[in-house]
Amino acid sequence: MILGITAAEKYVAAAYGIVFLVVLVYVLIIALKLGRLDRELDELTGVVRERREAEEELREEVPVG
Amino acid sequence: MNENPLAALAALSGVLIAASIALIFFYVPTDADQGFSQRIFYIHVPVALTAYACFGWGAWKALRHLWKREPGADLESYVAIHQGVIFGVLTLATGSLWAKISWGHWWLWSESQLVLFLVLFLFYGAYFMLRYSVEPGPARANMCAVYALFGVVLIPISFLAIRLANQLIHPVVFTLQGPQMAGSMFLTFCVSLAAMLTLAATLFHIELAGKRIDSRLRELRELLA
Repeated sequence: MILGITAAEKYVAAAYGIVFLVVLVYVLIIALKLGRLDRELDELTGVVRERREAEEELREEVPVG
Repeated sequence: MNENPLAALAALSGVLIAASIALIFFYVPTDADQGFSQRIFYIHVPVALTAYACFGWGAWKALRHLWKREPGADLESYVAIHQGVIFGVLTLATGSLWAKISWGHWWLWSESQLVLFLVLFLFYGAYFMLRYSVEPGPARANMCAVYALFGVVLIPISFLAIRLANQLIHPVVFTLQGPQMAGSMFLTFCVSLAAMLTLAATLFHIELAGKRIDSRLRELRELLA
């Protein structure tokens, strides 16, 4: 027994701690993935916006009549 | 809540986890035979049953893919098996800790329940090797579905192994006569099981949503190229 903690208590704490840690790591991985998806979405939105602006510029250059 | 069922599921999962932790450490009596270490039971068994449920759900979705050609069933099967493998890792880790404190060994190769669960875990671990070694498309989806269905056969074998084996080091608490434990212990176990199942369901839907968004973004990227 160290600091009043029995061996059984240590093993129980380790078992629950592992479950908590694995779920935490999983949530962290999902959060990182969501961050990547957010950046990709930003990038694609930028591409669409640039194309639309280019199209609008082309439209302005066409002479009328 | 009706507008965002995933948030409701996550909240329910959080409440059940908090309730199960409270019951395990402040309500349920200490086991007369194993003492404090028996509290690992309330996490180990629900985690193991959740792993079985995930593999079973993955196999069901694989069957729906092969049988009904249900759109998205392949992805759902993959995500369920991924969850099953995560819960499988947790089962092996918590089981090893419980074995060490109870039997004095981290692992016993003579225990058919342990070995069969390891076989099941490795079988589904190899699923990812198959999936990532084949180009995405209908052929990969079909191969993975067939593989997932083969694996599900191991679940009842793994579950029944302990009951059919002669060596009974691994405890049996659920028999044909019902749960062999006090009512308070069974209540705690049920709440823990519900907590693990809702946690798995929440993580399943979050991962699935991420995969679907990823797939749509890839499609959008191809359209814009």
